[in-house]
Amino acid sequence: MTATDTLVHDELGAAPASRKARWGDPIFKAVTLGAGIFTVTIMFAIGLFLLIRALPALANNSGNFLTSSTWLPDQSPPVFGIAALLFGTLVTASLALLMAVPVGVAVALYASHYATPRLGKVLAFLVDLLAAVPSIIFGLWGLAVLMPNMGGLLKWLNDHLGFIPIFQNTTGIYTKSVLIAAVVLAIMILPTVSSVSREVLVQAPDLQIEAALAVGATKWESMRMVVLPFGRPGIISAAMLGLGRALGETIAVAIILSALFEVNWHISEPGGNTFAANIALKWNEAGTNGLGALIASGLVLFLITLAVNLVARMVINRRRVKEGTA
Amino acid sequence: MSSDTLLRPADGPSAVGLRRRSLARSALPISAAAGVAIAVIGALTTDIDGVAGTMVVAVLASIVIYVTWSLIVEGRQRATDRFATTVIAAAAVLALVPLVSVLWTVIERGIAVLGLSFLTDSMRNVSARSAGGGLFHALLGTLEQVAIATLISVPIGILTAIYLVEYGRGRVAKVIGFVVDVMVGVPSIIAGLFIFTGLVLTLGLPRSGLAAAFALAILMLPVVTRTTDEMLRVVPNDLREASYALGIPKWRTITKVVLPAALPGIITGAMLAVARVTGETAPLLLTTFLTQSVNPNPLDGPQASIPTFVWDQITSGTPASLARAWGGALVLILFVTVFYATARLASWWFMGRRGMSVR
Repeated sequence: MTATDTLVHDELGAAPASRKARWGDPIFKAVTLGAGIFTVTIMFAIGLFLLIRALPALANNSGNFLTSSTWLPDQSPPVFGIAALLFGTLVTASLALLMAVPVGVAVALYASHYATPRLGKVLAFLVDLLAAVPSIIFGLWGLAVLMPNMGGLLKWLNDHLGFIPIFQNTTGIYTKSVLIAAVVLAIMILPTVSSVSREVLVQAPDLQIEAALAVGATKWESMRMVVLPFGRPGIISAAMLGLGRALGETIAVAIILSALFEVNWHISEPGGNTFAANIALKWNEAGTNGLGALIASGLVLFLITLAVNLVARMVINRRRVKEGTA
Repeated sequence: MSSDTLLRPADGPSAVGLRRRSLARSALPISAAAGVAIAVIGALTTDIDGVAGTMVVAVLASIVIYVTWSLIVEGRQRATDRFATTVIAAAAVLALVPLVSVLWTVIERGIAVLGLSFLTDSMRNVSARSAGGGLFHALLGTLEQVAIATLISVPIGILTAIYLVEYGRGRVAKVIGFVVDVMVGVPSIIAGLFIFTGLVLTLGLPRSGLAAAFALAILMLPVVTRTTDEMLRVVPNDLREASYALGIPKWRTITKVVLPAALPGIITGAMLAVARVTGETAPLLLTTFLTQSVNPNPLDGPQASIPTFVWDQITSGTPASLARAWGGALVLILFVTVFYATARLASWWFMGRRGMSVR
């Protein structure tokens, strides 16, 4: 399309058409390019403004920003550090991923290769609907419905598997824990994981599947030997995109966790905190330096999610290029 | 399953020796019944009880019985296959449980407070402990903020997409396209932080409905750009070439031929973007102040919105305020549903009439 377009257009421009037509094109092109550059500028501006506003607070900080678990940015001298936040964010997000990826890939496999096309479409639509539910509703649901129902399970885990530190609960209270927040996050990222995986899995080459079946493989063996290896890059990027969402999720986590500043491996005990939840919870009570500290933690979150999303996109794009040349 | 029947030799005297023993069709329901029986007995005799616990035990027990049975009768290969099939199907059902539970709870608890006065009253002079009050102030705020965000993000998003599809070649377009993709993954709270640092702290914009709308616009922008981009790409090239053949310059071709052809898809994309940001809470908490009163002016003063209303009612934590939170959640779900349904209907209606198939 490209070559002919410009050819036709250039000849028109050269012909003595109306003055408007000659000026219209460069102007219109410049406007659309301007919009594109604006979008790129915003991404850079986000990083820049967060950095500028975080620097004064970071300069005032008398604690270690990376290793401290205290958060007292408004006392003098101010002490704050992201150790507990980083720990909580990574633990909740990775637990969520651990739960969402197997289920999400199974849903994608079922919708693409096990169910009839019609049933597969309905299932995909219903799971995608989960993505339309606002996060505050997941938070409310997690607090009012999931939390009371998970108490029994968490107690059982402590009673029978308590020798494993992550299931141990020394408080006897089974609410507001990292584990519950992780389950809610897993539900929230499930549509992302399953829809991105499904898009790749449906493209698995039918000929190879049939060849596997023809030499006596069962359905599952054809999945394991053909479909899943084929879809692996897609599943990886689906997981990364889901991870990015889980890392930045704010409100649902803020409602469920009882924000504490500590690194605690007993994840069924009340506690836990994440970058995003901490910003939302501490925002309105923060003074000037407190805001700066929260912005600094936001900058760290921005950089982490940016890195995760960059990798995910690069994996997807590399696959696209491969397909294009093949 | 169909493949298995294909692999099995056809019935015939010579094939008898090759046929494998396989489970009867009734094996799955029998295993399931046995699993449920075990779970019920377990619920009555052990400390694992409650609806969720019993269901988990029932499913696990059914799978174990079914697969063990298959292992004894059919051997390891088929048993593994049956195990994988049941686990995958169970995961698909499991994925639907939260959706059903969330929708059911929101509707059941929301309907209890939802009435005309809930939509027309504000929370002014209503204490957290007392029942009554409504979310009119929040409804108004959300409508204004989302409308402003749409007015900002949709034109910029469409123009960016036009550049990417119609003009963009080479490195610049690649970079812009990549940044848009990455921008989709920016956490919503970061958008709020950006508007706060960039516009509120640096340029002195007050924390207001307008600041909230800017934050929402940032979240909408990449979504609108991506969907418009996809829609422009499926507009047939014949249309463009026919227009050029008539001597129409490129920019007129884009605005008069390409955009109208892609319009239904673009509208659908914009509506999906609106549905997505309507429920955003975090950026609004950073860029506005909560209020219990009606404030129709997005430029100045605190302005409520439905998500922050729900947040406020949850943090108040009294039975009356939690009931209002569920009411707010139901209104939010209805809002999102209306937008999704309209978007789907719009695309179906336009596409059907034009006989154009998009994807």
